[in-house]
Amino acid sequence: MLGWGPPTFNADIYAGDAVVNWANFVSQFFNGLVLGALLALISSGLTIIYGTLGVLNLAHGAMFMLGGYAGWLAYSYSGSFIVAVIVGSLFVMLVGVLIERVVIRQFYGRPPEDQLLVTFGLGIVIVEAVRFWFGSLSKTVPPPSGLVGITPIGFMMYPTYRLALLGIIAVALIVLYVVLYRTRIGMIVRAGIEDSGMVDALGIDVYKVFMLVFGIGSMAAGFAGIVNAPVVSIAPDVGESILVQTFVVVVIGGVGSFPGAVLGGLIAGEIISITSMFNPGYSYVMLFVAMTLVLVLRPYGLLGAAGRE
Amino acid sequence: MIKPRRFLVEALTAIGLIAAPYILPHLGFAPTTINRILIWGLFGLGFDILFGYTGLLSFGQSAFFGTGGMVAAYLLTQLNFPYVTLAIIIGAIVAAIVGYFIGLIALRRTGIYFAMITVAIAEVFFFVEFSPLSEYTGGENGLPGVPTPAFDIGPYHFRFDTDWTMYVYLAFWFFVGLVIARRIVHSPVGAILRAIRDNPLRAAAVGHNIQAYKLTAFVIAAAYAGFAGGLLGIMQGFMPPDAFMFDTSGQLVMQTAIGGAATLFGPLVGAAIWLYLSDFFQNTLHLGATWKLLLGVVFVALVTFLRHGVIGGFKDLFALASGRAKPHEAPESDPNAAPVRAYAAPEAAAPAEAGEIILETKGLTRRYGGLVANRDIDFTLRKGELRGIIGPNGAGKSTFFKMLTCEVKPSAGQIAFNGRDITGFGVTRVAQLGLTKSYQVNQLFTRLTVRENVAIAALAHKRGPFRPDLLRSVDSVPGLSVQVDEALALVRLTERAEVPVSELAYGEKRRLEIGLALAIRPSLLLLDEPLAGMSPSERVETVALLKAIRAGRTLVVIDHDMDAIFELAERITVLSEGRLLVEGTPEEIRSNATVQEAYLGGVHEPGEHAL
Repeated sequence: MLGWGPPTFNADIYAGDAVVNWANFVSQFFNGLVLGALLALISSGLTIIYGTLGVLNLAHGAMFMLGGYAGWLAYSYSGSFIVAVIVGSLFVMLVGVLIERVVIRQFYGRPPEDQLLVTFGLGIVIVEAVRFWFGSLSKTVPPPSGLVGITPIGFMMYPTYRLALLGIIAVALIVLYVVLYRTRIGMIVRAGIEDSGMVDALGIDVYKVFMLVFGIGSMAAGFAGIVNAPVVSIAPDVGESILVQTFVVVVIGGVGSFPGAVLGGLIAGEIISITSMFNPGYSYVMLFVAMTLVLVLRPYGLLGAAGRE
Repeated sequence: MIKPRRFLVEALTAIGLIAAPYILPHLGFAPTTINRILIWGLFGLGFDILFGYTGLLSFGQSAFFGTGGMVAAYLLTQLNFPYVTLAIIIGAIVAAIVGYFIGLIALRRTGIYFAMITVAIAEVFFFVEFSPLSEYTGGENGLPGVPTPAFDIGPYHFRFDTDWTMYVYLAFWFFVGLVIARRIVHSPVGAILRAIRDNPLRAAAVGHNIQAYKLTAFVIAAAYAGFAGGLLGIMQGFMPPDAFMFDTSGQLVMQTAIGGAATLFGPLVGAAIWLYLSDFFQNTLHLGATWKLLLGVVFVALVTFLRHGVIGGFKDLFALASGRAKPHEAPESDPNAAPVRAYAAPEAAAPAEAGEIILETKGLTRRYGGLVANRDIDFTLRKGELRGIIGPNGAGKSTFFKMLTCEVKPSAGQIAFNGRDITGFGVTRVAQLGLTKSYQVNQLFTRLTVRENVAIAALAHKRGPFRPDLLRSVDSVPGLSVQVDEALALVRLTERAEVPVSELAYGEKRRLEIGLALAIRPSLLLLDEPLAGMSPSERVETVALLKAIRAGRTLVVIDHDMDAIFELAERITVLSEGRLLVEGTPEEIRSNATVQEAYLGGVHEPGEHAL
């Protein structure tokens, strides 16, 4: 009816064979860690944007996808993975800054529903623009030459790049943590999450901060999109399932909480991977069960604070 | 009593539906496009009740659209169920039941949380339909071979197997759906849903069980979605699996926003624009895949520049053209106007035995972390009293009120109201028992008129915490208008009854704030700084108002205006640093040394902040 292809389901790629044994479990556990770390990074971006600006960015998944494409393009010209990562991240950050400056800024005084609507529309525009330029066929970026192949860890073999990816994302999360918790701008962002009115009253130009935060948050998603490209080939639709998973992560972890995003990401990643070992079709069901449990037992998320809607 | 204009919209809709097949094809609408618009329009009727009227933006409607469609298609194709229309109705019922359970989860949160949860739910349904349930749903193939409806009534055979006969079938159901939706919107439930959209906190505080009402709206939307999903399968002769896709939810949301939310016709108009443009871009301009990019840009532009959709834009234009946009002028308020007519207090509030204890607290304590806002407060109030509560900033007065109305749970201690322990009851239940509060900061239903505001409160008193009377008109609630008029007269807003709250002057809003509390006919009314922010003349007016409403009622007033409190209250309670400092007549309080010290010298312990 709507003329869309089959969904790209990230979990499938991390699923492996549906064989239940010990080695497979360990390997799936690692897959879960990688996916979880990825989700943690993307969710951190979403959650700092929401926490600071009060805007839930429904185009966040599109930013993830955009990062992948920007990286792929940079890679095809330069042939260097590092260049791809840097150029891709900076490009997505620039797009984020532009979007905040041109569109989102019109929406601060408007009801949250309007903000959802416009970011939803922006997501479609980004996805369709990418489809327009690059077509619907998926693109692949090979892992950097030093990280090709398989590494033996203990009694099992694991793709080297995925192991490296775990490290790369961990570093990115630490950088984000340092920026948020150890710098002046991070202090302002965290203060803004607590009380943006007060930050404004203190004479800090909140709009500049908002613009920067939207850029940094988008960059987190874009960065994740590139570093994930050697694992999952990129297509215009990859952002959609990522966005949904990110929402579950944020609901589980608590909106506006950086540690919550990390914890929620790891939990969601493991749930998807471990369930996929038995039957990938149920991974979303289990994710949903986990989200429901959290909503019933801790409505504000595992590490969220009451009072933020 | 049938007013001739009452069914105007329905009649115009019927005419429009009859005329459409003669007009729209000339404008370039293909017959299948017109049928599709009707299905989206019907789908959107329920969604508009949820989003436009209740303010709950769901991105998960595809779950119910798909569920209803799949159930109907499964009945018809796999079980050879012979009745097409009945199968659709069963599909809608199943969708509603599923909606009930999903609503229980999704409605645990509001705002963006709700949006995120519904997105996740829609995606779960999609994957469940695709994989674990593919045996029943046909997986990615969907269910082909869905029959079209056919009836035999006497010698007449009705077949709906061409585009235009299908149009008749769909138009009929759209019309039925619209009539029902309009009744719901104009029912007491519809009024309360709008109140929840504007100010959920106050809707709950006047005694409505807002969770139950939100769930009702959610189930209604799910039922409409399920029905529309069933119609989709019938129309296409095939139930597509992508009905479950997130895109379906997204398209519905966008069409509603384009057309204009809270209009019921918005989704229909939006669908017409959306589908027309998509046909036009693809078939006339041959843009291929670019059509969605263009529509996306159009959508972003529309949301940015046209806040209330196309219908809202036309309304604004019309209002501008007819000069109705000018704000209602506030009448000159005269502080020396004739005193308020003292309405006899309602039976419920009549002091059965004056002097009987109406409210009693024992050891009431509230801590916020290490900060003690209220400590060990023993407080007794008798029926018919007008008690004043004073105390320096940060004395814990507002926290005390919040505990009494059960907005805030005490850390320790009990509250007894009319001899009943109400500790931990919740604000809605306490309001239903006849204890409510007017707020320090106005808590009004900002998009409703003055009369509608008061009616929301009166409905809580008339109908109890929840009643699903979806099809009755709000005007037919017995005694409602009397109760509303009475409350309006008490707070002297009768003249301003039809004015939207957003156009009221500040003093009028303050009076309406009290009017809302009065309209539930409380036996005990707490007034949290009723004079806050008022000009001197407004103060005089409001003090006169409070004197007028006190007859037959029990009131507790917090205020910083000492003169007003000393003038009003027979007894005064002084709170200081979270404790009950002293109680007595105004004269006793005025001459009390401790009170003077609390106000003048009690600044050496700045641990407390206004709470």
